[in-house]
Order: sequence, then C-alpha cells, then structure tokens
Amino acid sequence: MKINLIDVANVIRSKNSGPYELTLDIMFNNREIFEEVCASKQINEAKVCDLYQINPEDIVNIVEFIPANAIKITIKRPICSGDIGETDVYGAQQHAPLLNLKLDL
Amino acid sequence: MEEYKILSATAILGYGFPRKSFEEGLKRNPHAIAVDAGSTDPGPYYLGAGISFTDKEAVKRDLEFMISAGLERNIPVIIGTAGGSGAKPHVDWCRKIIEEIAQEYNQSYWLAIIYSDFDKQTVVDGLRTGRISPLGPAPELTAEIIQNATRIVGQMGYEPFIKAIEGGAQVILAGRAYDPAVFAAPAIHAGFDRGLAIHLGKILECASICAVPGSGSDCIMGYIGKDYFRVEPLNPIRKCTTISVSAHTLYEKTNPYFLPGPGGHLDLTQTEFIQETENSVRVRGTRYIPAEKFTIKLEGATLIGFRTVSIAGARDPVMISHIDRIIEGVRERVSDNFADKQLKYDLNFILYGKNGVMGKLEPVKQTQSHELGIVIEAVSDSQEHSDTICAFARSTMLHFGYEGRRATAGNLAFPYSPSDFHAGEVYAFSIYHLIEVDSPLLPFTTEFVRIGEGG
Repeated sequence: MKINLIDVANVIRSKNSGPYELTLDIMFNNREIFEEVCASKQINEAKVCDLYQINPEDIVNIVEFIPANAIKITIKRPICSGDIGETDVYGAQQHAPLLNLKLDL
Repeated sequence: MEEYKILSATAILGYGFPRKSFEEGLKRNPHAIAVDAGSTDPGPYYLGAGISFTDKEAVKRDLEFMISAGLERNIPVIIGTAGGSGAKPHVDWCRKIIEEIAQEYNQSYWLAIIYSDFDKQTVVDGLRTGRISPLGPAPELTAEIIQNATRIVGQMGYEPFIKAIEGGAQVILAGRAYDPAVFAAPAIHAGFDRGLAIHLGKILECASICAVPGSGSDCIMGYIGKDYFRVEPLNPIRKCTTISVSAHTLYEKTNPYFLPGPGGHLDLTQTEFIQETENSVRVRGTRYIPAEKFTIKLEGATLIGFRTVSIAGARDPVMISHIDRIIEGVRERVSDNFADKQLKYDLNFILYGKNGVMGKLEPVKQTQSHELGIVIEAVSDSQEHSDTICAFARSTMLHFGYEGRRATAGNLAFPYSPSDFHAGEVYAFSIYHLIEVDSPLLPFTTEFVRIGEGG
C-alpha cells in the first residue's frame, strides 16, 4: 500500500545541529506506524541522497529513536551556517522534500 | 533534600514569558531560577561583532522578574551564554542591564561573572601540542585561522557555576556555557546525579518547547529526585507528554542516544519516559559517561568582508525561463568590467521561486513560479567595493539583453528606492573545535562583584 509520509507523521522538521550539520526529524503518529516504517527500511541512505541530491558520504547518520517514535536523519550542511552562499542560516526550511515522500508499506 | 526544584523562565533570555506562568513557578518554591541566553543558530555575525541577537528591553524585562524573585527568596538566579554568544562584549552588555535593574529596584547583592573568552595563544599552543580536534565536519584548524579569529569562546560545563554558587553568588552571569549547565549545576551542587541533572537541563533549556502546544516564550518547572527527574508545564494550556519530552531530546542534536558535552556524554540507551500525570512526565535511566580527556568546545568567528544587497523581483515569463543564462551573462559582464581593478569579491544571486531556500539541496530543478524574488548580494573587502559590485550587477541585470526579450525597458521590479542596502560586516564561523583542558575550571575566570552598593 502506498502512503504519504505527511499522513503518518505529525512532525517533520529541519534544524541545524551545530553550524556544520543539518538534522531532519520525522515523528510518527503512533508506535505501530513507526515500527512499520522502520521495518520497511524505506527511509534509508539511498532515499535521502535522492531527496537532497547528495552523496552517501554527506550523510552523518540515520537513527531510529524509539521513545519519540522518530527517525532522525543528519546530513552535512553544503556550507557552514552563515558562510557566503547561505540561504537558510537556521536550517529551519530544509525539510520540505520529506513532505512529498511516499512509502510503500 | 528529597527533590530539587528549578524554574526555567524562557527558552532564550529576552524571548519573554507570561507573568502568570512565572508566578505559578514561584508558588512551587523553586530552589533556583535559571535561563539559557544563547545559541549559535542565528549565525556567526553575533559572535564576531560582539552584538546580541536579542533586544535589550526584552532581556531587561525578563531579568527584572527573575532577579527580583531570586533575591526575595534568597535562591540563585543563573544566566548562561549571556548576550547570545557569551564573549566579553556580550557578558558586559548583560551586566549593564543587570546594574540598571539593581539601581531601579534598589537591589544590592553579590554577582558572579564568569568569562569564557579564550586568548589566541592558548588555542595556538593547544594546536601545537595536539590538543585540538575538529567537531564533526569542521575543517582542520591552522595557526593562521586562530590568529585571524575576531573572538574565541569556550563552552563551560557545570563546574564554574558550582564554584560561583559556593562563593556565595546570588546572581551568576556567565559567558558561553553548555546550555544545560545553568540548570544542572545547582542540582549537582545539591547532591543529585550528574546524568539526570544534565538531561533535565537539556529539556529545561528550551523551556516550554518540550510541551504541547510548544512555546519558546513560556516557563517550565523541573524537579529532580534520587533516581528520576520530572518536568511540568506552568501554563494550563500546555501538557508535557512522553512524546513531547522525548522528542525534545532530538532537537538540534545529531544522535539522541548519545549527547556529548563538556567532559563527557549522556547515554540515553536506558532512558525511560513515563507519563506521570496528565501534564507531567517522569524520566529515569539516563547516565553520564565521563570522557577520558576533558574537552571544551571552542567557537570562533572571523571577519570576511562587507556585504551590500539589492532586492528585486521578476514577472516576465520569458525572462524567468532564461534566468540561469541571464545570471551567467551578468557575472561575466561584472568580471570583465572590473578586470583591471583586481577587485576580490563574491557575487551571489538568491532566486526565490526557484531555489532561494534550499540552494544546492533543492530537488525541484525547473521553477514553476510565475514570479521570482531576486536578492543580489556582493561581499568584498570593503563596503565601497561591495557597493561597486552590487550596483554594477544590479544595473547590468536590469538592462540585460536576452534571447526572445520583449521587455526592452527593464528586467527587474525594485520595491525600494534606494534599491541597494548595506548589510555591513560579514563574519564566518572559523573555529568549531574541541580543546583538551587540564581542568574544567581553569580556562574560565570568575569575578565576584558587589552590585548596587552605594547606588
């Protein structure tokens, strides 16, 4: 069954984790759907690389955090926060591609 | 003591809180009132320029409540990362506000001021003796980078705060501090577990962001006992839930099970979040694992130039379809026109409606917008040179001829006259590294100052 991530996750956000990293949090509506998504392994390196046009070495980690029903993705920022060429100093608007993500469960 | 109680006033000093929530907190008889005042999120400018990203009147308003309540109840009031970045100018800025309040409210007390500035020689020596390592993806440090830094601060742990409490300070004003330290220090001093105290501090430092609905401008209450801590909102519209509190552990962190700080890390692999009442959450199991070597995080910023920006819009569909080629053409004209002057500059075009928000990370390659917002940005070694580049790029873009062009009178819509603005000094983060120290106290100097005497 195809589902939209936006329909099963009530928090999808991005923020700096220090000036060199960007971290994306996906918090699922409940434990069942969280476990189902984790088991499906569909939020993985390849998917993140595809969504953000980056290489696997730009991914710092992808962590499943059980207490918050959350999957956390941390990637290297293309540039250090505030360097010349910056578009989002706080990194607060980099989550948007996740809102269009579809999963096959 | 069975349980130690800490009132967290607001997410960042100056972000405010409802008077009612603060009074609710006081009714619970806190043993300390604390606030974190800083963040690197607003970018390198504030550390470099020595300016606060929060407003003076707003900071003063929050401190009036906190200091008055602390003195009245004889409990410590603790402020971390004063002025947003915690370097000497930020700390001194906040100290002035505190002195103003003391005068207006006729207060007299002992203030401890803890400075966190690192001198360049100390950092250079650290580099030479192999005591410095980059944090995450930060580049390797060089002596030249250190010498070029405008300012360097080190992030203190809870130890200097404990020393200030033991010294009899009623208000503690600290430079750059690990965010949880202001909350953890009084609890650790009272004999409670380090791991739980620091984890509690991590949640309290953003105040009501850990509740639903979340807020960065509302108080929250923390309680710590022998083998647990609890968090409770003070505004009846909010609830702390196991999800909202555990979710906050994720916030702005790379790995929520492993949270590094000065001298060690928190291990959350055994942590349990339990719904205690309808609106409060109990946490247990978090452990503090001391590191073999005590390290302090250094942050430094350096001046890299001066910025001028021009803001414009485009609505012409033919122009929008050629935008990449137009920008390429403008760049070439600017470069060619000043080739003899040997100006060093960066010229950027931020295109809202195309990839203005995500830049390189943007997966949508073809804009579907009927209009574009355009920011032309020039950074050079002087404001005059940036003005020159920005103005020339702007006028060139305004009249640039492109294939299929019908609108031969001008390509850009300017909302303002003048169209170009000085954005002033530009700083970059240049140091984001760990330095090994012999003692968690030594790099930080504490002064005890009698406030309000004879005022």
